[in-house]
Amino acid sequence: MSTALETSPRSTHAGHHGKDVRSDVHVAFEVRDGGGVEISFESRVAPYYGEAILDQARTILDELGVKHARVSIRDEGALPFVISARIEAAVRRAGLALGKRSLPVQNALSAPSPKDRLRRSRLYLPGSEPKYYINAALHEPDAIILDLEDSVHRDEKDAARILVRNTLRAVDFGACERMVRINQLPLGLEDLADIVSESPDLILMPEVEHPQQVTEVDRMIGELKNRSGIIRPIWIMPILESALGIENAFPIAVASENVAALTIGLEDYTADLGVARTPAGAESQYARSRVVNAARAAGVQAIDSVFSDVADMDGLRRWGEASRALGFEGMGCIHPAQIRVVHEAFTPAPAEIERAQKILAAFQDAQQRGLAVVSLGSKMIDPPVVQRALKLIERAKAMGVVS
Amino acid sequence: MSERAELAHNAAGRSVPTMVNGRPQIPFLGVGKYQPRGRKATTPIRSNKDYPDNGDKRVPDLETALRKCGLRDGMVISSHHHLRDGDTVALMALEAAAKIGVKDLLWFPSASFPSQKGAIELMEKGIVHHIEGSMNGPLGDYCTQGKMRGMGVLRSHGGRYQAIQDGEVHIDIAVIAAPTADQFGNADGSHGKSACGSLGFAFADSSFADHVIVVTDNLVSFPCVPWQIQGNNVDYVVEVDSIGDPAKIVSGTTQITRSPDRLRIAELVAKFLRASGIMKNGFSFQAGAGGIALAFVQYLKQMMKEDQVKARFVRGGSTKVLVELLQEGLTDYILDGQTFDLEGVKSMANDPRHIATSPFTSYNYHGKGNFASLVDAVVLGATEVDVHFNANVVTHSDGRLLHGIGGWQNCLFSGCSILAVPSFRDRIPVIVDQVTTLTGPGEMIDVVVTERGIAINPRRQDLLDAVKDSKLPIRPIQDIKSEVENICGGKPARPKLGDRPCAVVKWVDGTVLDTIWQVG
Repeated sequence: MSTALETSPRSTHAGHHGKDVRSDVHVAFEVRDGGGVEISFESRVAPYYGEAILDQARTILDELGVKHARVSIRDEGALPFVISARIEAAVRRAGLALGKRSLPVQNALSAPSPKDRLRRSRLYLPGSEPKYYINAALHEPDAIILDLEDSVHRDEKDAARILVRNTLRAVDFGACERMVRINQLPLGLEDLADIVSESPDLILMPEVEHPQQVTEVDRMIGELKNRSGIIRPIWIMPILESALGIENAFPIAVASENVAALTIGLEDYTADLGVARTPAGAESQYARSRVVNAARAAGVQAIDSVFSDVADMDGLRRWGEASRALGFEGMGCIHPAQIRVVHEAFTPAPAEIERAQKILAAFQDAQQRGLAVVSLGSKMIDPPVVQRALKLIERAKAMGVVS
Repeated sequence: MSERAELAHNAAGRSVPTMVNGRPQIPFLGVGKYQPRGRKATTPIRSNKDYPDNGDKRVPDLETALRKCGLRDGMVISSHHHLRDGDTVALMALEAAAKIGVKDLLWFPSASFPSQKGAIELMEKGIVHHIEGSMNGPLGDYCTQGKMRGMGVLRSHGGRYQAIQDGEVHIDIAVIAAPTADQFGNADGSHGKSACGSLGFAFADSSFADHVIVVTDNLVSFPCVPWQIQGNNVDYVVEVDSIGDPAKIVSGTTQITRSPDRLRIAELVAKFLRASGIMKNGFSFQAGAGGIALAFVQYLKQMMKEDQVKARFVRGGSTKVLVELLQEGLTDYILDGQTFDLEGVKSMANDPRHIATSPFTSYNYHGKGNFASLVDAVVLGATEVDVHFNANVVTHSDGRLLHGIGGWQNCLFSGCSILAVPSFRDRIPVIVDQVTTLTGPGEMIDVVVTERGIAINPRRQDLLDAVKDSKLPIRPIQDIKSEVENICGGKPARPKLGDRPCAVVKWVDGTVLDTIWQVG
């Protein structure tokens, strides 16, 4: 008998129930010394899935090696992957199921994520709120991000990890890149141990201040990938949220070739400076420019923070447009309604596209005619201008605004 | 307890009783298959000599009015739901009848609401025998638990008019709650402290009932204008302190859904109308007051502005959102069946282009046409839709009564009937193999818009062609159903329904479309 069991509580619970709770389930679990497994249950979907839920609960408890327990399930229409996560969390909190997991059926994985893929928007999904997951991809963000950090209470980290792991396995996020924000180290390393096996496309690391933190996470991801036999890439996006982190932006960006982007967390950064965060953002101008510059120097993407007033769409649009002008390639979204505005803000204007197309046409024309100098009308076009036009058209193609 | 009914299979393959509350029934024969014959119901001939020359028909209270109408056991008393959950007149009338001491009344509301749950006690005491009209909440449960002595009969707004007009239901006494009335009985809904907008639901009753009582809390000197109800049809006028709770009659402000998933559905509906070419100059549409329907109008409005398109008319349930269309010149008229919020009530009172309509003009199927079939597109909800596009709007998936049919069935005769629904709610699939209760035959439902895509009825090849080059997510309905089952963890178990009919669902022509079975 392990010491864990001896020091663990005999009765535990996980999940949520109540009038205002949707798509979640509350599981109360009580270890007992004999008498087998006894399950009681109530559910608002009992007429349709009552039997299915009971069958599932029995299977999960069996997989987790639970022999004798009283389990009480109060279901608010949770989907199967949520039910299994909540039961597993309750069982683990009782110190059982060591080395065992109950995994939902694996959904087909989408194609691996290219390092420089389009990352205009990433939609934050709290790691303890399963109701937001199943329809998240319908709003077509470039990425979804399952958050284990700020949106999850410190007492719920263990349960959120299991839920996020199951979500990565069972939920179809379509064409979205699947990101996970882990906790600060060392807690973040425990997060990795549970989720890397499910092939997230990218890990966001909060509060990064030193390149060593990135190398530590990168090494851990590598080991866990090896253990699970995963060969597809798992990228890293460090979040710089302090004055020190901003100062170390470049070393952090080059700490691993798996760093695909740098981003900035403005709430924490402004708190660190001891200034208020304003809609215009003058207080973070330097830091944001520094991030863009460091990212460019390292050959990775620069991604902006979030805009926190979900009711202010005009403010969001202005922020996004200014952000793109600074050199950022995307930003975070805390509500699905922000996605379209952010995409529009980060999409080149028709006039920009037209000009880029003309430049490329002139370049091709010059190539064909064997001319070293490219000119458009009366203007000479420098090679960097051609490069920029090429990049803009590639991006515009990825955004679907150029065929 | 109702009699053990003989059952027959109707043209939709549903098992329905052939006898309901002692009246023989015609099982549903198919859309447009039943040919009515005979003449309409009539009322007794009256004479002015029996009414006061000065036109003052006031009596002191409802009890006196009911006595003067000759109330006795077994009579049919009707009421109306234009005051919605705020109405206090219907129960006031039934309680006055209880005081008189009669038994076995048939209460015939145009719809009942949870605040009228006091009717359960009146049924328990034998004063009310049963209810024919929509039931939900506690009254719905009372019915589906098999406690009501007679069978419930659910009719659409148009079907209620049809049943009255065709003599299937003969109203002995109609009690009409009026936000404004004069002593002659002229009544109006758009003015007064309890203003609710249109009184259209009471129109049939005022024309066909043997006796008509108007109850008002805002008596004005003759003439009350406009007179939505004509005093010439009215026997007695009763003045009371209050006909209802204004807070529950209309909502102060209209809430548009904030759920991103529902907004997505609403936007897809609007995009569909644009892409299919239905949204064009002079077109018309109808949308209810549900969250998705309201949001749909907001999206459509934006598109109408962008494309410089103007509607000839829109049909309500009116709300602030429709009123704004009128005020911004995006529609010439609102033809309004009921009014849901204060902006709607104000608009009907002040704007001659905002017109009160009744189930006779809008919905009656046994007439010489109606407005509903002139509408180009209608956006409706449903609790379930099956892979043959059949839909359920009256029961939960477990068979309990959820809400009335309202104008829903009647609206299906529009040029394009669109159901805007989530594909599942809290793990309960909305897109299913077979609906629990058939409320609308699949051949009448053209498009189902969900957050996971748009399914077009294969019968509407024209619509399929119209949007085939659009970027809209058009998918076979089976596809959406499979995806939803995959998400929800397999097919839901079929509800365990009893074998005793508790209520029937009528089609717009008075034939029986389906049965509500006892549950629990």
